Order: sequence, then structure tokens, then C-alpha cells
Amino acid sequence: MNNSEVINLQQIIKTYDMGGAEEVHALRGVSIQIRKNEYVAIMGPSGSGKSTLMNIIGCLDTPTSGLYEFNSVNVSEMNDNQLAKVRNKEIGFVFQTFNLLARSDALHNVELPLIYGGVTSADRKRRAREALEHVGLGDRIHHKPNELSGGQRQRVAIARALVNQPSILLADEPTGNLDSKTGDEIMQLFEELHRQGNTIILVTHEEYIAEHAHRIVRIRDGMIESDQTINKRTPALADQGR
Amino acid sequence: MTLLLEAKESLAMALSALRTNKLRSILTLLGIAVGVFSIIAVMTAMGVLVNSIQGGMSWLGAHTFQVQKYPMFNSGTASEEAKLRNRRDITYEQAERLKEHVTLAKAVGVFCFVDFGKVVVSPRGEKTNPNVFLAGRDIDGFLANNWTIADGRLYTQEEVESAKRVAVLGMDVVKKLFPKTDPIGQTIRIDGREYDVIGVVSRRGGMLGGSGDYHVTIPITTFFSVYGKDHRLGIKVQSLTPETYEDCIEQVRGILRTVRHVPPGEEDDFYIWSNDSLIQQFNDLTKYVRLGIFLVSAVALIAAGVGIMNIMLVSVTERTREIGIRKAIGARKSNILTQFILEAIVLSEFGGIIGIILGIVAGNLAAVFFEIPPVIPFDWAAIGFTICSIIGIIFGVYPAWKASNLDPIESLRYE
Repeated sequence: MNNSEVINLQQIIKTYDMGGAEEVHALRGVSIQIRKNEYVAIMGPSGSGKSTLMNIIGCLDTPTSGLYEFNSVNVSEMNDNQLAKVRNKEIGFVFQTFNLLARSDALHNVELPLIYGGVTSADRKRRAREALEHVGLGDRIHHKPNELSGGQRQRVAIARALVNQPSILLADEPTGNLDSKTGDEIMQLFEELHRQGNTIILVTHEEYIAEHAHRIVRIRDGMIESDQTINKRTPALADQGR
Repeated sequence: MTLLLEAKESLAMALSALRTNKLRSILTLLGIAVGVFSIIAVMTAMGVLVNSIQGGMSWLGAHTFQVQKYPMFNSGTASEEAKLRNRRDITYEQAERLKEHVTLAKAVGVFCFVDFGKVVVSPRGEKTNPNVFLAGRDIDGFLANNWTIADGRLYTQEEVESAKRVAVLGMDVVKKLFPKTDPIGQTIRIDGREYDVIGVVSRRGGMLGGSGDYHVTIPITTFFSVYGKDHRLGIKVQSLTPETYEDCIEQVRGILRTVRHVPPGEEDDFYIWSNDSLIQQFNDLTKYVRLGIFLVSAVALIAAGVGIMNIMLVSVTERTREIGIRKAIGARKSNILTQFILEAIVLSEFGGIIGIILGIVAGNLAAVFFEIPPVIPFDWAAIGFTICSIIGIIFGVYPAWKASNLDPIESLRYE
């Protein structure tokens, strides 16, 4: 198993200037290393800074100070276009509210990252179809989001996140809008994806969701409160070429 | 990301956005469509008219031209008026000299007419409206006009020389005065003088909406004896062949300059109405009409552009979340910018195409009305389409720029 660090955060500080002399210290020196094929849950109550941390890990935001290396590349000083490229190629987002394009069918939604990645049409269609089949939606590719159930929508979102074979899967409360049964199915899918070699970072405030992960990082007041690894009976299988 | 891929994606999105907001899109399109419509409709109609002149469908007929003292339209300025007033009349004797010397003409006809229409009275006292075109012509005048006699006969050379009171009628005059009876042999009265009807000219149709068959023709000598010689005299010339048309014009011009003693280097003291000069004059005359329409359309298009900008700003706000999603999965600023500009262009071009199609249809109503072939002004269609695209770009840039600069985190949270 490859133990190289996908994510290396060193003393990340994020301060929001709220105008005038007022400043909000969202992150006050966070250091985390996440290796390939880890399954990490980031936990914390609202206002703890976990969303800010997720945005920085997801390259949607840049830290005020500190070092962020993604696959050993410093991304903390990248410009908008470079960050967009990292988001496109290396990060797969899964959101609480699914965030699918309502007017587009499942296939097109999954194709979208490939479009921005410049993949040609035929290749794109094939890969998007495969990704949808992978999450068990091979028979729903031409359905629009409003024709799908919540669980199916989240599967489309997961297929979209996976289609570019990113280095990490970044999920923000992925079961927050689902009933518990569907939520469990989605969590099983994450475990399956983890077994296949994906690196998963789960942001949640629900203890029972976080328990699916193999490592739990707790955030409070912009700092890491605890970082514990849980021994699971099923270790990750061999790296499948990722 | 290739530009083609991006354009295709943006086009698909733009069309889907249009479909989703049908009413709103149609209302926005309408502004553009109206602006383009007015340009295209006017330019098509002008094209139809110019085409009809070029096609020899004017009253001049094929490879025919006409010499007169005055241009068809004058600029109306005081100096122009004075210059034209001082011109010497074209006389019958000059026309005779022209006939002797010209070699490239098939027919040289002389005609003379009064400025206003006449009332023609039938034997039973029925009257026409006061708009009958009364002209005196020599026999060649019929040849140069390509007129044929439908009924009865044309007057003879003897009748011309002895200035007989005979008349040849146009079809519409016959229809008005003799709807049921045979006009040949009847006597009509014009300005209190009696004329024997000896023939009827075949129907030749109207030009530019006017009737071409509301006329009475009498021998030119008869016309002189009744109305005097100082009336407007014109010479109509038909060239031997279409190929000799230009040469024939030059030959006639040369002969007339000699006959009228125009010194070399000075401009003609007469005017030649050819199809080319008609088009030239038509274009001059309609220049301000076209300019006016163009300005009005430009204002309409700018107003429509503001409408597009407004709707695009609304669209950007409504789709903030979509923009956030796209950015999260890797869209660059330039992708979003292109997408929204293309959307504005598609919206604008869609309106433009509707305007172009309706404009061509409306402009060609002129063709249907005057019974002349329709015209598709490809050049103006292309110009209209280009203008629409430019409007789309100009008024789409700001909303697109706004969209591309949205913060992805804020946008994803947007409800």
C-alpha cells in the first residue's frame, strides 16, 4: 500500500475580515496529513471551522497563511484558474444538497467535469455511463434530477465526483438530506469506494456517520481537538491502480 | 477545453435556458426581432424595387431609354430649380434630326404630354376621373414602347401629317367608359374636343402600383395643334439589341449635344432616363429614408440590447447556485464567461433570425403587390445577423463577467 500523503496541511490559518477592525478567526493553525486510501471524517459543531477547512481542502478557498500541499504540490498560493484545474482533476465533491444541474439529465451531469477537463464527446459519454453504472444507476442515465429519488440523486453526484478519477472524494454531510435507510445505503457505497482504493474525506456533525470512517478528526474553535484512528476489522484492499 | 466543445456545451445550455423560460425569452427576443425586422423589411423592399428597374420592368421597358428636359426627381434646391427652369425645351425638330442621324436605335419615338390628368367623356356623357394620361405620339412612339394594338388600328402616317382627331385608348379607359359596348368608332371628348376612337392598346400592367393602362394617345401633330408646341416633349429610344444599349445612349447623347449646340466640356442640357440612372436616382431619393430607418432600428436594437442585459442579469442571479456547482467541479472563470456571453449571443441571434425572416417576408410583400420577382437580400441578412451577434456580445459581457466572478463558496450556499 502506498503511504504517500495526498494532503499535507501545515499551520493553516484562515481569517475573515468582516469590515472595520473586526476579524473572524475561522482556522487558527490546523495541521493534518491525509494519506492515500484513508477514510477520514472531519467532525465539529457548526461554527467550529470545519466548513472552512473543507473549503480549503477542496481548493474552493485559499488559506490566509500556512502551507497546503496537494500531492506534494503547493496549492496555497495558486490562482483561480490553477485551483479550478485541481478541483476538476483531483477533487470529487459530494454535497449535502446534491447540487446537480436541474435541467440536465444524469448523464450530462456526470459528463460536466469531463467537459471542463476537455475530454472528447465519445470518450466522455462512455466514461460518464461507466461511472453511473458503477454507482448502480446504469438504467437511469437519461433521467433528470427531479425524476430521481434523493438517494439516486446522491448517487449521480457521487458518479460525477468519481468520473475524473480524483485523488480525493470530499463529501460534505452526504446523508444530511436523506432518510436513514437511504443514508445507510450511501454510506455503504462510500465504504465500497474506499475498499476500491479511493481516498475519502467526510465532513459531518453526526457521530454515527463519522463512525463509518477509519479516522476521526474533531475540530473546535478553529483548532484540532482530537485526531484518532479507529481499528477496523477489514483493512483496505490492495491499491487498484489509483 | 477546446473552444468547439465549449461552444457546443454553451449552445445546448443556452437553448435549454430559452426553453425553460419561454415567455421571458420570447419577450426579450421580440425587441431584437423588431429592430432587425425594420432594417431587413425596408432593405428587401428597396431591393425589390431596384431589381424591378434592373429587370427592365419599369415603364421604360427592356433596353429602352428616354430623353427629357428634366430629371425624374430633382433635389429641389433653389439653384437646381433655376438651372432646370432656364433649360431650352427639346423641340420636335431636334427629335426629327435625331431620327435622321441615329444608327444604333431600333425605334425613336417622340411624345408630348400635359402635366396633369385629363377627364375623358364618353358619347353618353360618362366621365373618367381626372387622371387619364393624355399624350401625343408619333407612330414610332408605339414601337419604342413595344405597344401593340389589341383592337382596331393605329393611326396612319397620313393621319399624323394631317393632324386628325383620332385617339387610341388604354384598356382601363375602355373599361371605364365602354364596359359593354365596342369603343371602336365611338367619339370621346377631352377638354371639349371630339376624337374618334380607332384603336385600343393591349394591356401592359402597372408599375409601382399605378395603372399603366389609364391613358389616351393621339397623333403628336394633333396634340400640338390643340395644346401648342411648348409642352413637355420626350424622346423614347429603344436600342437595336441589349448589347448596343450603352453605345446607343452615347450616340443619342452626342447627336443631341450637336443639335442643341452644347459646347464641349459643358454638361448636358437634357436628361437621359435609363434604367441605370433610374436606379441611381432611386437610391439618391431613398437615401434619407434608409438612413432614417437605420437610425430608428439602431435605437430599437440598443433598447433591445438593454433588455437582453437585464434578462441576463436576472438569469445570473437565478443561476448563482448552478454557477457555484460548475466552479466547484472545475469550471474556470473563462468557461463561465464564455457560457453566459454565448447565451446572450444565442438569445440575440435567435431574435435576429426571426426578424430577418419576417423582414424578408414583409419586404417581399412589395414584390407581390407590384407583381415582380421576390428578392432575398443575403448581404443585409448577414449584416443584420452580425449586428445581433455584436449586440449579444456587448450587452452580454457585463452579466457574464458578473457570473464569472461569483465566489464558488457563496454561490453554493445561495438559495
